[in-house]
Amino acid sequence: MEAIDLDLDENELELPAEPMHLNMGPSHPAMHGTVRIVLELSGETIVKSDVQIGYLHRGFEKMCERGTWAQVFPYVDRLNYVSPMLNNVGYALAVEKMCEIQVPDRCQWYRMILGELARISDHLTCTGAMAMELGAFTPFLWFIKAREMVWDILEEETGARLTHAFGRIGGMAQPPTPALKEMCRVALSAILKLVEDGEGMLLKNRIFIDRLENIGNISGADAIALSWTGPCLRASGVAYDVRKCHPYLKYDEIDWDMPVGKNGDNLDRFLIRLAEIRQSARIILQSCDRMADDGPVHAKDPRVILPPKSNVYTTIEGTIQHFKLIMEGAKVPAGECYSYTEAGNGELGFYLVSDGSGTPYRVRVRPPCFPITGGLSKLINGNMLSDIVPTFGSLNMIGGECDH
Amino acid sequence: MSERVLQVLKDKFGDAIVETHSAWGDDTAVVNASQWKEVCAFLRHDPQMGFDMLVDLCGVDYPDRDPRIEIVAHLYSVARRHRVRVKARVGNAEMASAEIDSITEIWPGADWFERETYDLMGVTFKGHPDLRRILLYPEFEGHPLLKDYPANKTQPLIPYRTEEEAGVPLDKLAPFRADEGMSFGRRVWSRGES
Repeated sequence: MEAIDLDLDENELELPAEPMHLNMGPSHPAMHGTVRIVLELSGETIVKSDVQIGYLHRGFEKMCERGTWAQVFPYVDRLNYVSPMLNNVGYALAVEKMCEIQVPDRCQWYRMILGELARISDHLTCTGAMAMELGAFTPFLWFIKAREMVWDILEEETGARLTHAFGRIGGMAQPPTPALKEMCRVALSAILKLVEDGEGMLLKNRIFIDRLENIGNISGADAIALSWTGPCLRASGVAYDVRKCHPYLKYDEIDWDMPVGKNGDNLDRFLIRLAEIRQSARIILQSCDRMADDGPVHAKDPRVILPPKSNVYTTIEGTIQHFKLIMEGAKVPAGECYSYTEAGNGELGFYLVSDGSGTPYRVRVRPPCFPITGGLSKLINGNMLSDIVPTFGSLNMIGGECDH
Repeated sequence: MSERVLQVLKDKFGDAIVETHSAWGDDTAVVNASQWKEVCAFLRHDPQMGFDMLVDLCGVDYPDRDPRIEIVAHLYSVARRHRVRVKARVGNAEMASAEIDSITEIWPGADWFERETYDLMGVTFKGHPDLRRILLYPEFEGHPLLKDYPANKTQPLIPYRTEEEAGVPLDKLAPFRADEGMSFGRRVWSRGES
Protein backbone atom coordinates (compact mmCIF):
# COMPACT_ATOMS: atom_id res chain seq x y z
CA MET A 1 0.00 0.00 0.00
CA GLU A 2 1.46 3.32 -0.93
CA ALA A 3 1.49 6.34 1.34
CA ILE A 4 -1.45 8.63 0.90
CA ASP A 5 0.49 11.72 1.94
CA LEU A 6 0.43 14.19 -0.87
CA ASP A 7 3.84 15.28 -1.92
CA LEU A 8 3.48 19.02 -1.61
CA ASP A 9 5.89 21.87 -1.52
CA GLU A 10 6.20 23.67 1.79
CA ASN A 11 4.73 26.79 0.27
CA GLU A 12 1.52 25.18 -0.76
CA LEU A 13 0.83 24.05 2.83
CA GLU A 14 0.75 27.60 4.13
CA LEU A 15 -2.69 28.71 5.02
CA PRO A 16 -3.95 32.17 4.21
CA ALA A 17 -2.98 34.43 7.08
CA GLU A 18 -5.22 37.42 6.64
CA PRO A 19 -6.79 38.56 9.89
CA MET A 20 -10.35 37.44 10.37
CA HIS A 21 -13.03 39.83 11.52
CA LEU A 22 -15.55 38.53 13.98
CA ASN A 23 -18.55 40.27 15.43
CA MET A 24 -19.36 39.25 19.00
CA GLY A 25 -22.67 40.50 20.32
CA PRO A 26 -24.83 42.38 21.03
CA SER A 27 -27.04 39.31 21.12
CA HIS A 28 -24.32 36.92 22.19
CA PRO A 29 -25.34 35.22 25.45
CA ALA A 30 -22.10 36.12 27.21
CA MET A 31 -22.31 39.80 26.23
CA HIS A 32 -25.21 40.38 28.62
CA GLY A 33 -27.28 41.53 25.67
CA THR A 34 -25.85 45.01 25.46
CA VAL A 35 -22.29 45.05 24.18
CA ARG A 36 -20.85 44.43 20.79
CA ILE A 37 -17.19 43.61 20.36
CA VAL A 38 -15.73 43.73 16.87
CA LEU A 39 -12.66 41.56 16.85
CA GLU A 40 -9.72 41.15 14.55
CA LEU A 41 -8.39 37.65 14.99
CA SER A 42 -5.21 35.95 13.99
CA GLY A 43 -6.11 32.32 14.39
CA GLU A 44 -7.77 32.35 17.79
CA THR A 45 -5.73 35.22 19.18
CA ILE A 46 -7.25 38.66 19.40
CA VAL A 47 -5.18 41.24 17.57
CA LYS A 48 -7.48 44.22 17.84
CA SER A 49 -10.81 44.76 19.46
CA ASP A 50 -13.37 47.50 19.37
CA VAL A 51 -15.87 47.49 22.23
CA GLN A 52 -19.10 49.21 21.23
CA ILE A 53 -21.70 50.19 23.82
CA GLY A 54 -24.85 52.24 23.70
CA TYR A 55 -27.43 49.56 22.96
CA LEU A 56 -29.22 50.40 26.21
CA HIS A 57 -28.93 54.19 25.99
CA ARG A 58 -32.14 55.75 27.22
CA GLY A 59 -31.14 59.38 27.66
CA PHE A 60 -30.98 59.25 31.46
CA GLU A 61 -29.33 62.64 31.80
CA LYS A 62 -31.74 64.37 29.43
CA MET A 63 -34.78 62.84 31.16
CA CYS A 64 -33.59 64.07 34.54
CA GLU A 65 -33.66 67.67 33.32
CA ARG A 66 -37.42 67.49 32.79
CA GLY A 67 -38.87 66.59 36.18
CA THR A 68 -38.36 67.55 39.79
CA TRP A 69 -35.37 66.50 41.85
CA ALA A 70 -37.43 63.81 43.55
CA GLN A 71 -38.59 62.37 40.23
CA VAL A 72 -35.06 61.28 39.43
CA PHE A 73 -35.27 58.38 41.92
CA PRO A 74 -37.11 55.97 39.60
CA TYR A 75 -34.54 56.72 36.88
CA VAL A 76 -31.53 55.99 39.07
CA ASP A 77 -33.10 52.63 39.93
CA ARG A 78 -32.65 51.73 36.32
CA LEU A 79 -28.97 52.59 36.15
CA ASN A 80 -27.59 49.57 37.93
CA TYR A 81 -30.67 47.40 38.02
CA VAL A 82 -28.94 44.66 39.99
CA SER A 83 -28.33 46.88 43.01
CA PRO A 84 -30.81 49.76 42.63
CA MET A 85 -30.80 50.61 46.33
CA LEU A 86 -27.18 51.74 46.19
CA ASN A 87 -28.05 54.16 43.39
CA ASN A 88 -31.02 55.47 45.36
CA VAL A 89 -28.84 56.12 48.39
CA GLY A 90 -26.08 57.66 46.26
CA TYR A 91 -28.44 60.11 44.59
CA ALA A 92 -30.20 60.96 47.86
CA LEU A 93 -26.85 61.72 49.48
CA ALA A 94 -25.87 63.93 46.55
CA VAL A 95 -29.01 66.07 46.79
CA GLU A 96 -28.75 66.16 50.58
CA LYS A 97 -25.18 67.40 50.26
CA MET A 98 -26.46 70.38 48.24
CA CYS A 99 -29.37 71.03 50.61
CA GLU A 100 -27.08 70.52 53.63
CA ILE A 101 -29.41 68.03 55.21
CA GLN A 102 -28.25 65.42 57.68
CA VAL A 103 -30.62 62.47 57.94
CA PRO A 104 -31.31 60.94 61.38
CA ASP A 105 -29.10 58.11 62.66
CA ARG A 106 -31.80 55.50 62.23
CA CYS A 107 -32.14 56.38 58.55
CA GLN A 108 -28.37 56.15 58.06
CA TRP A 109 -28.26 52.66 59.53
CA TYR A 110 -31.28 51.71 57.45
CA ARG A 111 -29.63 52.97 54.29
CA MET A 112 -26.53 50.99 55.09
CA ILE A 113 -28.47 47.77 55.66
CA LEU A 114 -30.45 48.11 52.44
CA GLY A 115 -27.39 49.24 50.49
CA GLU A 116 -25.26 46.33 51.62
CA LEU A 117 -28.08 43.91 50.84
CA ALA A 118 -28.09 45.35 47.33
CA ARG A 119 -24.32 44.95 47.13
CA ILE A 120 -24.64 41.29 48.07
CA SER A 121 -27.21 40.82 45.33
CA ASP A 122 -24.92 42.59 42.85
CA HIS A 123 -21.89 40.46 43.66
CA LEU A 124 -23.94 37.25 43.70
CA THR A 125 -25.25 38.01 40.23
CA CYS A 126 -21.82 38.79 38.86
CA THR A 127 -20.00 35.81 40.32
CA GLY A 128 -22.89 33.47 39.56
CA ALA A 129 -23.20 34.61 35.96
CA MET A 130 -19.45 34.40 35.51
CA ALA A 131 -19.48 30.77 36.69
CA MET A 132 -22.44 29.96 34.48
CA GLU A 133 -20.80 31.43 31.41
CA LEU A 134 -17.93 29.03 32.00
CA GLY A 135 -20.32 26.12 32.20
CA ALA A 136 -20.82 25.80 35.96
CA PHE A 137 -24.58 25.90 36.21
CA THR A 138 -25.13 24.62 39.76
CA PRO A 139 -23.32 27.41 41.62
CA PHE A 140 -25.22 29.89 39.49
CA LEU A 141 -28.52 28.44 40.65
CA TRP A 142 -27.35 28.48 44.25
CA PHE A 143 -26.22 32.08 44.01
CA ILE A 144 -29.50 33.07 42.41
CA LYS A 145 -31.30 31.27 45.21
CA ALA A 146 -29.29 33.36 47.67
CA ARG A 147 -30.07 36.51 45.68
CA GLU A 148 -33.74 35.61 45.86
CA MET A 149 -33.48 35.73 49.67
CA VAL A 150 -32.00 39.22 49.45
CA TRP A 151 -34.75 40.32 47.13
CA ASP A 152 -37.38 38.86 49.45
CA ILE A 153 -36.13 41.13 52.21
CA LEU A 154 -36.03 44.12 49.88
CA GLU A 155 -39.53 43.32 48.66
CA GLU A 156 -40.78 43.11 52.23
CA GLU A 157 -39.18 46.48 52.99
CA THR A 158 -39.92 48.43 49.84
CA GLY A 159 -42.74 46.63 48.05
CA ALA A 160 -40.72 46.02 44.90
CA ARG A 161 -38.21 43.35 44.07
CA LEU A 162 -36.14 45.18 41.53
CA THR A 163 -36.83 48.85 41.06
CA HIS A 164 -37.61 50.13 44.50
CA ALA A 165 -37.64 53.94 44.06
CA PHE A 166 -37.33 53.90 47.83
CA GLY A 167 -34.93 56.73 48.53
CA ARG A 168 -36.20 60.21 49.28
CA ILE A 169 -34.43 63.50 49.64
CA GLY A 170 -33.89 63.67 53.39
CA GLY A 171 -34.89 60.14 54.31
CA MET A 172 -36.44 56.95 53.07
CA ALA A 173 -39.97 56.32 51.81
CA GLN A 174 -40.96 54.15 54.76
CA PRO A 175 -39.50 53.29 58.16
CA PRO A 176 -38.02 49.79 58.52
CA THR A 177 -40.50 47.00 59.10
CA PRO A 178 -40.41 45.42 62.57
CA ALA A 179 -39.23 42.12 61.08
CA LEU A 180 -36.22 43.58 59.23
CA LYS A 181 -33.51 42.64 61.72
CA GLU A 182 -34.79 39.11 62.15
CA MET A 183 -35.13 38.64 58.39
CA CYS A 184 -31.57 39.83 57.81
CA ARG A 185 -30.10 37.55 60.46
CA VAL A 186 -31.94 34.49 59.20
CA ALA A 187 -31.31 35.17 55.52
CA LEU A 188 -27.64 36.06 55.91
CA SER A 189 -26.69 32.78 57.53
CA ALA A 190 -28.44 30.92 54.70
CA ILE A 191 -26.83 33.16 52.06
CA LEU A 192 -23.34 32.70 53.49
CA LYS A 193 -23.89 28.95 53.53
CA LEU A 194 -24.88 29.00 49.85
CA VAL A 195 -21.92 31.19 48.97
CA GLU A 196 -19.59 28.83 50.76
CA ASP A 197 -21.05 25.82 48.97
CA GLY A 198 -20.84 27.49 45.58
CA GLU A 199 -17.33 28.70 46.24
CA GLY A 200 -16.27 25.20 47.27
CA MET A 201 -17.64 23.79 44.04
CA LEU A 202 -15.82 26.36 41.91
CA LEU A 203 -12.49 26.81 43.60
CA LYS A 204 -11.79 23.09 43.70
CA ASN A 205 -12.46 22.86 40.00
CA ARG A 206 -9.25 22.80 38.01
CA ILE A 207 -10.96 23.85 34.79
CA PHE A 208 -12.59 26.86 36.38
CA ILE A 209 -9.34 28.01 37.98
CA ASP A 210 -7.39 27.54 34.76
CA ARG A 211 -9.86 29.65 32.86
CA LEU A 212 -9.47 32.52 35.32
CA GLU A 213 -5.94 32.49 36.65
CA ASN A 214 -3.46 34.85 34.99
CA ILE A 215 -5.92 35.90 32.34
CA GLY A 216 -6.96 39.49 31.88
CA ASN A 217 -4.23 40.83 34.17
CA ILE A 218 -4.01 44.53 34.81
CA SER A 219 -1.59 46.31 37.10
CA GLY A 220 -2.71 48.73 39.76
CA ALA A 221 -1.16 51.72 38.03
CA ASP A 222 -2.84 50.85 34.73
CA ALA A 223 -6.18 50.37 36.43
CA ILE A 224 -5.91 53.79 38.09
CA ALA A 225 -4.93 55.42 34.81
CA LEU A 226 -8.01 53.89 33.19
CA SER A 227 -10.20 55.40 35.95
CA TRP A 228 -11.17 52.01 37.34
CA THR A 229 -12.75 51.88 40.77
CA GLY A 230 -14.44 49.31 42.95
CA PRO A 231 -13.75 45.57 43.11
CA CYS A 232 -11.91 45.61 39.78
CA LEU A 233 -9.41 48.19 41.06
CA ARG A 234 -9.03 46.50 44.44
CA ALA A 235 -8.31 43.19 42.69
CA SER A 236 -5.23 44.89 41.22
CA GLY A 237 -3.94 45.65 44.68
CA VAL A 238 -5.02 49.26 45.06
CA ALA A 239 -6.70 49.80 48.41
CA TYR A 240 -9.33 52.30 47.39
CA ASP A 241 -12.87 51.96 48.61
CA VAL A 242 -14.99 55.08 49.09
CA ARG A 243 -16.48 53.54 52.21
CA LYS A 244 -13.02 53.30 53.80
CA CYS A 245 -11.18 56.26 52.26
CA HIS A 246 -13.96 58.84 52.42
CA PRO A 247 -16.53 57.35 54.79
CA TYR A 248 -20.13 58.42 54.45
CA LEU A 249 -23.19 57.31 56.42
CA LYS A 250 -21.82 55.29 59.35
CA TYR A 251 -19.19 53.17 57.62
CA ASP A 252 -16.45 54.56 59.84
CA GLU A 253 -18.19 53.28 62.97
CA ILE A 254 -18.35 49.69 61.75
CA ASP A 255 -15.71 47.03 62.07
CA TRP A 256 -15.09 45.62 58.61
CA ASP A 257 -12.16 44.94 56.28
CA MET A 258 -11.46 45.97 52.75
CA PRO A 259 -10.35 42.90 50.75
CA VAL A 260 -7.53 43.68 48.33
CA GLY A 261 -6.22 41.39 45.59
CA LYS A 262 -2.75 41.03 44.18
CA ASN A 263 -2.53 40.08 40.52
CA GLY A 264 -5.52 41.86 39.05
CA ASP A 265 -6.50 38.80 37.04
CA ASN A 266 -9.93 37.31 36.58
CA LEU A 267 -9.55 35.03 39.58
CA ASP A 268 -8.73 37.95 41.86
CA ARG A 269 -11.76 39.87 40.67
CA PHE A 270 -13.88 36.80 41.33
CA LEU A 271 -12.43 36.25 44.81
CA ILE A 272 -12.71 39.91 45.77
CA ARG A 273 -16.42 39.86 45.09
CA LEU A 274 -16.92 36.76 47.20
CA ALA A 275 -14.89 38.32 50.01
CA GLU A 276 -16.97 41.48 49.79
CA ILE A 277 -20.18 39.50 50.20
CA ARG A 278 -18.85 38.32 53.57
CA GLN A 279 -17.82 41.84 54.55
CA SER A 280 -21.23 43.18 53.57
CA ALA A 281 -22.82 40.54 55.78
CA ARG A 282 -20.65 41.74 58.68
CA ILE A 283 -21.73 45.33 58.05
CA ILE A 284 -25.40 44.37 57.91
CA LEU A 285 -25.27 42.38 61.15
CA GLN A 286 -23.51 45.18 63.00
CA SER A 287 -25.90 47.77 61.58
CA CYS A 288 -28.86 45.66 62.68
CA ASP A 289 -27.46 45.63 66.20
CA ARG A 290 -26.99 49.36 66.26
CA MET A 291 -30.12 50.61 64.47
CA ALA A 292 -32.72 51.89 66.92
CA ASP A 293 -36.11 50.16 66.85
CA ASP A 294 -37.98 53.40 66.70
CA GLY A 295 -37.32 56.99 65.86
CA PRO A 296 -37.66 59.14 62.76
CA VAL A 297 -36.29 58.13 59.36
CA HIS A 298 -36.80 61.60 57.93
CA ALA A 299 -34.88 64.78 58.47
CA LYS A 300 -37.08 67.48 59.98
CA ASP A 301 -36.82 69.79 57.02
CA PRO A 302 -40.07 71.10 55.55
CA ARG A 303 -38.23 72.30 52.42
CA VAL A 304 -37.89 68.76 51.13
CA ILE A 305 -39.97 66.39 53.29
CA LEU A 306 -43.66 65.86 52.56
CA PRO A 307 -45.91 66.66 55.54
CA PRO A 308 -47.75 63.78 57.26
CA LYS A 309 -50.96 62.81 55.47
CA SER A 310 -53.05 63.76 58.49
CA ASN A 311 -51.83 67.34 58.14
CA VAL A 312 -52.37 67.36 54.38
CA TYR A 313 -56.03 66.46 54.76
CA THR A 314 -56.82 68.65 57.75
CA THR A 315 -54.72 71.82 57.57
CA ILE A 316 -54.30 74.41 54.85
CA GLU A 317 -50.56 74.69 55.57
CA GLY A 318 -50.10 70.97 55.08
CA THR A 319 -52.08 70.99 51.84
CA ILE A 320 -50.09 73.88 50.41
CA GLN A 321 -46.77 72.40 51.46
CA HIS A 322 -47.69 69.09 49.87
CA PHE A 323 -48.89 70.82 46.71
CA LYS A 324 -45.74 72.92 46.37
CA LEU A 325 -43.42 69.98 46.95
CA ILE A 326 -45.23 67.82 44.40
CA MET A 327 -45.94 70.42 41.71
CA GLU A 328 -42.86 72.62 41.94
CA GLY A 329 -40.52 70.18 43.58
CA ALA A 330 -38.15 70.72 46.45
CA LYS A 331 -35.92 73.72 45.80
CA VAL A 332 -32.24 72.88 45.80
CA PRO A 333 -29.79 75.76 46.35
CA ALA A 334 -28.05 77.00 43.21
CA GLY A 335 -24.57 75.67 42.63
CA GLU A 336 -22.78 72.52 41.68
CA CYS A 337 -21.60 69.58 43.68
CA TYR A 338 -20.01 66.19 43.14
CA SER A 339 -21.02 63.45 45.53
CA TYR A 340 -19.62 59.94 45.37
CA THR A 341 -20.48 56.68 47.02
CA GLU A 342 -19.31 53.10 46.64
CA ALA A 343 -21.77 51.23 44.44
CA GLY A 344 -21.55 47.59 43.47
CA ASN A 345 -19.01 48.24 40.74
CA GLY A 346 -17.09 51.13 42.18
CA GLU A 347 -17.36 54.83 42.65
CA LEU A 348 -20.82 56.02 41.67
CA GLY A 349 -20.61 59.78 41.31
CA PHE A 350 -23.35 62.31 40.83
CA TYR A 351 -22.34 65.72 39.57
CA LEU A 352 -25.37 67.92 40.09
CA VAL A 353 -25.86 71.45 38.83
CA SER A 354 -28.77 73.41 40.25
CA ASP A 355 -30.08 76.78 39.18
CA GLY A 356 -32.02 77.11 42.42
CA SER A 357 -35.29 75.81 41.01
CA GLY A 358 -37.21 72.61 41.63
CA THR A 359 -35.86 71.00 38.45
CA PRO A 360 -32.28 69.80 38.09
CA TYR A 361 -30.25 71.86 35.64
CA ARG A 362 -27.90 69.00 34.97
CA VAL A 363 -27.64 65.53 36.49
CA ARG A 364 -24.42 63.91 35.46
CA VAL A 365 -23.94 60.34 36.59
CA ARG A 366 -20.47 58.89 36.69
CA PRO A 367 -21.24 55.21 36.22
CA PRO A 368 -18.47 52.96 37.56
CA CYS A 369 -18.95 50.48 34.69
CA PHE A 370 -18.28 52.99 31.98
CA PRO A 371 -14.51 53.41 32.39
CA ILE A 372 -14.17 49.74 33.35
CA THR A 373 -15.76 48.63 30.09
CA GLY A 374 -13.57 51.20 28.35
CA GLY A 375 -10.55 49.24 29.54
CA LEU A 376 -11.86 45.92 28.28
CA SER A 377 -10.00 46.17 24.96
CA LYS A 378 -6.72 46.43 26.78
CA LEU A 379 -7.48 43.28 28.75
CA ILE A 380 -8.47 41.03 25.90
CA ASN A 381 -6.01 42.12 23.20
CA GLY A 382 -3.41 39.40 22.78
CA ASN A 383 -5.51 36.80 24.57
CA MET A 384 -7.56 33.98 23.12
CA LEU A 385 -11.06 34.45 21.83
CA SER A 386 -12.46 32.19 24.54
CA ASP A 387 -10.90 34.37 27.24
CA ILE A 388 -13.31 37.17 26.44
CA VAL A 389 -16.12 35.39 28.24
CA PRO A 390 -14.54 35.13 31.74
CA THR A 391 -12.78 38.50 31.38
CA PHE A 392 -15.93 40.32 30.39
CA GLY A 393 -17.88 38.46 33.06
CA SER A 394 -15.43 39.46 35.78
CA LEU A 395 -15.88 43.16 35.02
CA ASN A 396 -19.60 42.97 35.80
CA MET A 397 -20.64 45.39 33.11
CA ILE A 398 -24.22 46.51 33.71
CA GLY A 399 -25.80 47.87 30.56
CA GLY A 400 -28.18 50.33 32.18
CA GLU A 401 -25.39 52.05 34.01
CA CYS A 402 -22.75 51.92 31.31
CA ASP A 403 -25.06 53.20 28.57
CA HIS A 404 -26.82 55.80 30.73
CA MET B 1 -10.76 68.26 48.54
CA SER B 2 -8.03 70.71 49.21
CA GLU B 3 -7.90 74.43 48.71
CA ARG B 4 -4.13 74.28 48.74
CA VAL B 5 -4.25 72.77 45.25
CA LEU B 6 -6.09 75.85 44.00
CA GLN B 7 -3.48 78.14 45.56
CA VAL B 8 -0.65 76.22 43.92
CA LEU B 9 -2.43 76.40 40.57
CA LYS B 10 -2.96 80.14 40.88
CA ASP B 11 0.68 80.72 41.82
CA LYS B 12 1.98 78.55 39.00
CA PHE B 13 -0.30 79.49 36.13
CA GLY B 14 -1.48 82.99 37.04
CA ASP B 15 -3.82 84.27 34.36
CA ALA B 16 -4.53 80.81 32.96
CA ILE B 17 -6.69 80.16 36.01
CA VAL B 18 -9.78 82.21 35.23
CA GLU B 19 -11.45 81.77 38.60
CA THR B 20 -11.55 79.44 41.59
CA HIS B 21 -14.27 78.70 44.07
CA SER B 22 -15.13 76.21 46.77
CA ALA B 23 -18.58 75.04 47.77
CA TRP B 24 -19.82 72.00 49.71
CA GLY B 25 -16.27 70.83 50.12
CA ASP B 26 -15.60 70.76 46.38
CA ASP B 27 -12.79 72.95 45.09
CA THR B 28 -13.02 74.18 41.54
CA ALA B 29 -10.54 75.85 39.23
CA VAL B 30 -11.70 77.26 35.91
CA VAL B 31 -8.87 77.00 33.42
CA ASN B 32 -8.29 78.91 30.23
CA ALA B 33 -9.23 76.47 27.46
CA SER B 34 -5.99 77.03 25.56
CA GLN B 35 -3.93 75.86 28.54
CA TRP B 36 -6.21 72.96 29.46
CA LYS B 37 -3.75 70.22 28.59
CA GLU B 38 -0.83 72.00 30.21
CA VAL B 39 -2.66 72.42 33.51
CA CYS B 40 -3.88 68.83 33.42
CA ALA B 41 -0.38 67.52 32.79
CA PHE B 42 0.89 69.55 35.74
CA LEU B 43 -1.83 68.17 38.01
CA ARG B 44 -1.01 64.64 36.91
CA HIS B 45 2.77 64.70 37.06
CA ASP B 46 3.68 67.17 39.79
CA PRO B 47 4.63 65.14 42.87
CA GLN B 48 2.79 67.58 45.15
CA MET B 49 -0.42 67.20 43.13
CA GLY B 50 -0.26 63.57 41.97
CA PHE B 51 -3.78 63.38 40.55
CA ASP B 52 -3.37 59.94 39.03
CA MET B 53 -7.05 59.23 38.45
CA LEU B 54 -9.42 61.07 36.16
CA VAL B 55 -12.64 60.27 37.95
CA ASP B 56 -15.02 61.89 35.54
CA LEU B 57 -15.16 64.16 32.55
CA CYS B 58 -18.37 65.64 31.26
CA GLY B 59 -19.84 68.77 29.75
CA VAL B 60 -22.52 71.18 30.90
CA ASP B 61 -24.36 73.48 28.52
CA TYR B 62 -25.19 77.08 29.55
CA PRO B 63 -26.82 78.54 26.40
CA ASP B 64 -27.03 82.09 27.88
CA ARG B 65 -23.33 82.30 28.43
CA ASP B 66 -20.50 82.82 26.03
CA PRO B 67 -18.62 80.47 25.82
CA ARG B 68 -21.54 78.19 26.44
CA ILE B 69 -20.04 74.75 27.12
CA GLU B 70 -18.22 73.92 30.32
CA ILE B 71 -15.94 70.90 30.25
CA VAL B 72 -15.81 69.56 33.79
CA ALA B 73 -13.18 67.09 34.97
CA HIS B 74 -13.01 65.58 38.44
CA LEU B 75 -9.57 64.46 39.51
CA TYR B 76 -8.52 62.29 42.39
CA SER B 77 -5.20 61.29 43.86
CA VAL B 78 -5.26 57.76 45.20
CA ALA B 79 -2.09 58.23 47.24
CA ARG B 80 -2.87 61.68 48.66
CA ARG B 81 -6.62 61.21 48.78
CA HIS B 82 -7.47 64.68 47.61
CA ARG B 83 -9.80 65.80 44.87
CA VAL B 84 -10.13 68.79 42.63
CA ARG B 85 -12.50 69.84 39.89
CA VAL B 86 -11.10 71.64 36.85
CA LYS B 87 -13.22 73.26 34.20
CA ALA B 88 -12.71 74.93 30.88
CA ARG B 89 -15.22 76.93 28.83
CA VAL B 90 -15.49 76.53 25.07
CA GLY B 91 -17.86 77.14 22.18
CA ASN B 92 -20.00 80.12 21.24
CA ALA B 93 -23.77 80.21 20.72
CA GLU B 94 -23.55 78.40 17.36
CA MET B 95 -21.19 75.80 18.83
CA ALA B 96 -18.39 77.11 16.65
CA SER B 97 -14.92 76.67 18.14
CA ALA B 98 -16.29 74.12 20.58
CA GLU B 99 -12.99 72.31 20.72
CA ILE B 100 -10.38 71.58 23.30
CA ASP B 101 -7.21 69.53 23.60
CA SER B 102 -7.65 65.88 24.36
CA ILE B 103 -6.15 64.65 27.63
CA THR B 104 -6.06 60.98 26.67
CA GLU B 105 -2.25 61.10 26.67
CA ILE B 106 -2.30 62.13 30.31
CA TRP B 107 -5.03 59.76 31.50
CA PRO B 108 -5.86 56.90 29.11
CA GLY B 109 -9.20 56.61 30.90
CA ALA B 110 -10.25 59.92 29.34
CA ASP B 111 -10.78 58.10 26.02
CA TRP B 112 -14.38 57.07 26.51
CA PHE B 113 -15.33 60.09 28.61
CA GLU B 114 -14.22 62.38 25.79
CA ARG B 115 -16.05 60.31 23.22
CA GLU B 116 -19.19 60.55 25.33
CA THR B 117 -18.85 64.32 25.70
CA TYR B 118 -18.34 64.62 21.96
CA ASP B 119 -21.35 62.39 21.35
CA LEU B 120 -23.80 64.11 23.67
CA MET B 121 -22.52 67.70 23.70
CA GLY B 122 -20.75 68.10 20.37
CA VAL B 123 -17.37 69.17 21.72
CA THR B 124 -14.40 68.20 19.57
CA PHE B 125 -11.34 66.93 21.39
CA LYS B 126 -8.25 67.74 19.37
CA GLY B 127 -5.76 64.89 19.30
CA HIS B 128 -8.16 62.21 20.45
CA PRO B 129 -7.13 58.94 18.76
CA ASP B 130 -10.61 57.70 17.93
CA LEU B 131 -13.24 60.42 18.24
CA ARG B 132 -16.57 58.96 17.18
CA ARG B 133 -19.98 58.55 18.73
CA ILE B 134 -20.16 56.07 21.57
CA LEU B 135 -23.66 55.92 23.05
CA LEU B 136 -25.56 56.95 19.95
CA TYR B 137 -25.31 55.65 16.41
CA PRO B 138 -23.24 57.31 13.67
CA GLU B 139 -26.27 58.61 11.75
CA PHE B 140 -27.72 60.46 14.77
CA GLU B 141 -28.34 64.14 14.01
CA GLY B 142 -27.46 66.69 16.67
CA HIS B 143 -26.15 66.41 20.20
CA PRO B 144 -28.93 65.64 22.67
CA LEU B 145 -27.52 67.07 25.89
CA LEU B 146 -27.41 70.59 24.49
CA LYS B 147 -30.18 72.60 26.09
CA ASP B 148 -31.56 73.65 22.69
CA TYR B 149 -32.01 70.05 21.58
CA PRO B 150 -35.73 69.43 22.24
CA ALA B 151 -36.32 66.39 24.41
CA ASN B 152 -39.20 65.24 22.21
CA LYS B 153 -37.26 65.55 18.95
CA THR B 154 -37.37 62.49 16.75
CA GLN B 155 -34.62 61.25 14.50
CA PRO B 156 -34.99 60.44 10.81
CA LEU B 157 -35.24 56.81 9.79
CA ILE B 158 -32.03 55.47 8.38
CA PRO B 159 -32.28 53.84 4.96
CA TYR B 160 -30.96 50.35 4.53
CA ARG B 161 -27.39 50.18 3.37
CA THR B 162 -26.82 49.63 -0.30
CA GLU B 163 -24.49 46.90 -1.50
CA GLU B 164 -21.78 49.46 -2.24
CA GLU B 165 -21.95 50.87 1.29
CA ALA B 166 -21.96 47.46 2.92
CA GLY B 167 -19.08 46.24 0.80
CA VAL B 168 -20.59 42.77 0.44
CA PRO B 169 -23.61 41.46 -1.42
CA LEU B 170 -26.49 42.04 0.98
CA ASP B 171 -27.88 38.55 0.51
CA LYS B 172 -24.57 37.23 1.80
CA LEU B 173 -25.25 38.80 5.19
CA ALA B 174 -27.25 36.77 7.69
CA PRO B 175 -29.94 35.49 7.28
CA PHE B 176 -28.45 33.50 4.48
CA ARG B 177 -29.89 32.44 1.19
CA ALA B 178 -32.46 29.68 1.17
CA ASP B 179 -29.99 27.03 0.12
CA GLU B 180 -27.32 27.95 2.65
CA GLY B 181 -26.87 27.09 6.30
CA MET B 182 -28.24 24.06 8.09
CA SER B 183 -30.51 22.03 5.89
CA PHE B 184 -32.25 19.83 8.43
CA GLY B 185 -35.53 21.11 9.75
CA ARG B 186 -35.86 23.57 6.91
CA ARG B 187 -39.39 23.89 5.72
CA VAL B 188 -40.34 24.71 2.18
CA TRP B 189 -43.18 27.18 2.03
CA SER B 190 -45.48 26.75 -0.88
CA ARG B 191 -46.53 30.37 -1.23
CA GLY B 192 -44.21 33.27 -1.94
CA GLU B 193 -40.53 33.15 -2.70
CA SER B 194 -38.13 31.18 -0.61
